[in-house]
Amino acid sequence: MIELIDKNGFVFAFLLVGLIMFISFQVSKRVLFGRIPGVAVAILIGLALATLGGKKGISDIPLFAGMAFLGGSMLRDFTVVATAMGADLSKIKSAGLAGVIALVAGVFVSFFLGVLVAWALGYRDAVELTTIGAGACTYIVGPVTGTALGASTDIIAISVAIGLVKTVVTTIATPLIAQKIGLKNANSALVFGGLLGTSSGVTAGLAATDPKLVPYGALTATFYTGLGCLLCPSVFYLVLQAFF
Amino acid sequence: MKIYGVALLAFCYLLGKYLGGLLGSLLGINADVGGVGFAMLSLILLNAWLKKKGFLEEETEKGLLFWSSMYIPVVVAMASVLNVKGALSGGWAAVVIGVVVTFGSFALVPVISKVGLKNKKA
Repeated sequence: MIELIDKNGFVFAFLLVGLIMFISFQVSKRVLFGRIPGVAVAILIGLALATLGGKKGISDIPLFAGMAFLGGSMLRDFTVVATAMGADLSKIKSAGLAGVIALVAGVFVSFFLGVLVAWALGYRDAVELTTIGAGACTYIVGPVTGTALGASTDIIAISVAIGLVKTVVTTIATPLIAQKIGLKNANSALVFGGLLGTSSGVTAGLAATDPKLVPYGALTATFYTGLGCLLCPSVFYLVLQAFF
Repeated sequence: MKIYGVALLAFCYLLGKYLGGLLGSLLGINADVGGVGFAMLSLILLNAWLKKKGFLEEETEKGLLFWSSMYIPVVVAMASVLNVKGALSGGWAAVVIGVVVTFGSFALVPVISKVGLKNKKA
């Protein structure tokens, strides 16, 4: 039986995710009376399962290796691009400026807020502060910046952890906070994607809130990591160097 | 045929990733800048153009819609392969910074959403 699953891991992943979805929607309807959407429950179960493994979540356990392919960045991006079918070009055009402002503000605020908290926690070195601030953007910007500046591996590891915390918190908190921050239309979803920037967190959080918003958030979030990799090791580092 | 829709999606995906990589190397960073965004925009534009020309048959569209509906299951699978343990093991500093930054960004959503709307009215 285990050998059979080992050989057909990808297909087994379909079965597993189907089961998770089924259980989640039943729990959402019968136990939670729709107060937490089924998708949110499913994502929470996914995150809980991830703690059973290590770096690659549950796929570290050979039996569940297929989940790494189904949940990998190739299929994630492929399916996210497909959601563009439901996006309205005129809405994107009218919110375009807000999206661009959100992107720049998002990278800027995440970086300097991260630096500020790190400073309060006792970090004083410009390279370390920059790497931590970059990690506060996304878990890709952190190591890219840290490597470029020659930061030590433990600081790079912290920057990756910060980015991962951001992804996980965005995934869990978005549906809970959506109403408070007015996240309910294409315009605010474009802004949201630009501000948060973590593709995984934004897409998962919006899916749990309202799947119709996903394409708009994904559209802006996709530029965030690149912008962060551009600004953090250059302009932002020079700014911090002037202070430390 | 449904495969036409899937192939169209694949074309847009690859085109977007190519443009994202190109922009990344132009900016001098070894990363994909906006690949998914370019792919989505090309799909939206191609889709509109094909519809206008009458080339987009219902079966073709179904091939696309299948993959767009697979998006949530893929995200659930993605959640299960995230490094959640790593996020927690980065120590308190990582958790504190991560949480503060995320909520700081949340707080800006209504502010910048308004900016966008004001500009639309002007």
